[in-house]
Amino acid sequence: MSDFHLDQAEIAAALDRIPYAKELSIRPLLMGDELTLILPYNPNIIGNPMLKALHGGAVGAFLETTAIVQLWLMGEPKPLPKPIGINLDYLRRGNPKDTYARAVVAKQGSRVANVRVRAWQDRYEEPISILHGHFLLAPKADKISDKK
Amino acid sequence: MRKNEKAENQKSERLQRLWDLAPMFVEGTPHAKFLGMQFVAIDIGRATLSLPFDKKLVGNVETGIFHGGVLTALLDQASGLAAVSSFEQAMPVATLDLRIDYMRASKPGKTIIAEAHAYKTTRHIAFVRAIAHDGDVDDPVATSQASFMTTARSMKKSVSPLERTKAIADLPPASNEGDTS
Repeated sequence: MSDFHLDQAEIAAALDRIPYAKELSIRPLLMGDELTLILPYNPNIIGNPMLKALHGGAVGAFLETTAIVQLWLMGEPKPLPKPIGINLDYLRRGNPKDTYARAVVAKQGSRVANVRVRAWQDRYEEPISILHGHFLLAPKADKISDKK
Repeated sequence: MRKNEKAENQKSERLQRLWDLAPMFVEGTPHAKFLGMQFVAIDIGRATLSLPFDKKLVGNVETGIFHGGVLTALLDQASGLAAVSSFEQAMPVATLDLRIDYMRASKPGKTIIAEAHAYKTTRHIAFVRAIAHDGDVDDPVATSQASFMTTARSMKKSVSPLERTKAIADLPPASNEGDTS
């Protein structure tokens, strides 16, 4: 994709702007330019204590955060992208252990981006949940006036 | 006439059971409790929950409004409760899919209310629509459409507050913060 490079400090700066991500103790793992976010297991993200299953809302929030951070890192410093409409599919039970997520930007327009995010635990090939959706990007204020 | 009376009695018994059970569905769900969700009301196939504003649930330090994921959790919880209440035997459920449309930003400091309606229930699946708003249902913050699947034959075990408290106490501890490896 475009020639952007990530560094740990930038990612930390993005996560710092999202108090709820800090509340869930979401942390980044960077391999080359590929970002994986980690949602550490904590008893307070359980949805069904009888099944010891993670809450769909906590997993959803994690997927959404992954999309937002990925999009934010790909643009110049600007306000955080906002979700417009998202679809969440729950494929497997989230077990009481750490969860990982990685986002792929399927299409980045000037105002809207389409993003797919996968969350998994044991194996990447066995996702527990998948998000796809549209996010509103902050307008680049000087893009049009640049033409002059 | 007498037949009607019997049906009425059964319905009110079922409603009574739901009102007894529903608050625990929020209290006994660790993540719902963690976010501060509150039970408001229940009916057969309908549920209302609320979420008071909390700084720790903000999605962007600049705007100071709820993280979209918090609304996801609230809509999921309210929709799940509506689904549970729509089954004759009040069955526990798991979310199959959830679609959310974010209509506008919530107002900083305002409590969010989620109203869910399970408009169709088959033997094992419930289809649920929900609205999240901050006071005016005609000016929604977000709306959702979800489907849920039952996860057990009956709720007897998961309904017992004692069993649930025990299960919560038995949850494994948080994974080690420093363990990045």
